[in-house]
Amino acid sequence: MSATDKPIVLEPPLTDPVVEALNVGDRVLITGTIYGARDAAHKRLVELIEAGESLPFPLEGAIVYYVGPCPGRGGRPTLSAGPTTASRMDRYAPVLMKHGLKAMMGKGARSESVIRAMQQYKAVYFGTVGGAGALLADRVRRCEPIAFHELGPEAVYLIEVDKFPAFVANDVRGNDLYRAAVQRYKQG
Amino acid sequence: MRVIDAQTISEAIEDIAVEACCKLSPDTLDALRVARDSERSSIGKEVLDALLENAAIAEREMAPICQDTGVAVVFVQMGNELRVGGGTLVEAVNEGVRRGYARGNLRKSIVADPFERVNTGDNTPAVVHVEVTEGDKLTMEFLAKGGGCENASFLGMLKPADGRQGAIEFVVDGVVKNAVNSCPPVIVGVGVGGTMDRAALMAKRSLLRPLGKPHHNPNIAEIESVLLDRINDSGIGPAGFGGTVTALAVHVETHPCHIASLPVAVNLQCHAHRHRQITL
Repeated sequence: MSATDKPIVLEPPLTDPVVEALNVGDRVLITGTIYGARDAAHKRLVELIEAGESLPFPLEGAIVYYVGPCPGRGGRPTLSAGPTTASRMDRYAPVLMKHGLKAMMGKGARSESVIRAMQQYKAVYFGTVGGAGALLADRVRRCEPIAFHELGPEAVYLIEVDKFPAFVANDVRGNDLYRAAVQRYKQG
Repeated sequence: MRVIDAQTISEAIEDIAVEACCKLSPDTLDALRVARDSERSSIGKEVLDALLENAAIAEREMAPICQDTGVAVVFVQMGNELRVGGGTLVEAVNEGVRRGYARGNLRKSIVADPFERVNTGDNTPAVVHVEVTEGDKLTMEFLAKGGGCENASFLGMLKPADGRQGAIEFVVDGVVKNAVNSCPPVIVGVGVGGTMDRAALMAKRSLLRPLGKPHHNPNIAEIESVLLDRINDSGIGPAGFGGTVTALAVHVETHPCHIASLPVAVNLQCHAHRHRQITL
């Protein structure tokens, strides 16, 4: 692990050189537009890809955030918007990466096949703090469903963020923060 | 016979649902502070600081601590000299959940059918457990149970020959395997004995104990202590990024069981331990 202490500012869409320069353990701050999607939306996105149909947002260089946000109130576009468990999207992630997705953000470790796909297609996975929903919502400037509205919190969301914090959990070289860090503190 | 109106029940549930989702209980905050002081990894400390800051923001803004405001689980103790007027108990609880999740801008996270998966739109139905007690009081405890920690939960029908040590290994192995997806530091509820369903219910109900309060039976308290140490030895840490605090507490409950059985159920709870009780 070669984590840097100073956060790296990222503005999507992300390119290969930007993604290749990230190392597991790096802190990042994301500013710009990211897209929220969970299990049900991923299933539909993959179906659209397989049918050769267009997607509701540009996948090339995109960051997809695994989130089902809470409604907003007053000036806050969402009151709480922390990550959901990424492994539930493992089945769908490689296809999205093959078609241009450059980063995923969620919580928890990914499977071997997703880690291999990240190496193959040059994409990364950001882990952020599960349960810090209100803190992370503070970084959200816009949060609107743009597709599959009938899914409610499971719709595809357009989310504009300003310095949204995360850690590089998987880089393009197959390194894994979740698996490596545990070894450091494991006892007995 | 005392009568409580269904409306009164709904109003109470509405209030405690919103409060539970936005304000952590003092014992949970204390546990997080103790964890932050004892955590040895710097990234772990950072995560715990973020969780404490998150709790402060949520309380100030009346915002949900976590966006997964969960399935509404309600434990009811209803006195046998009490009856509900103007509706049934469960209808009244569901109406309270409906109103609370609307008013509090909480997330609607329930699908009507596990195969069809169409959202019910109002976070009902709640999962309600009712126990009849003596007297004329109605005590209701609301627990927002998120999907992540619930999905990380597990159960096994062990053999009596597996014994105390077998049960300990089963719990530790399962928690270590699943904790990363349950937003550590976790709270571990364990139910041992009963039947399959009783063990699971005990595991969930044990989460409502004041955090870290040991079981009154010293043999069970010893098992709780061993489990907590073993789980913290895993190195999983806050958010699973590595560290020395993986669990805030382990609570074990037991029940008589069949001569051929040793059911062991583990219900994981995340650090966003959202629960509130009210007595009417």
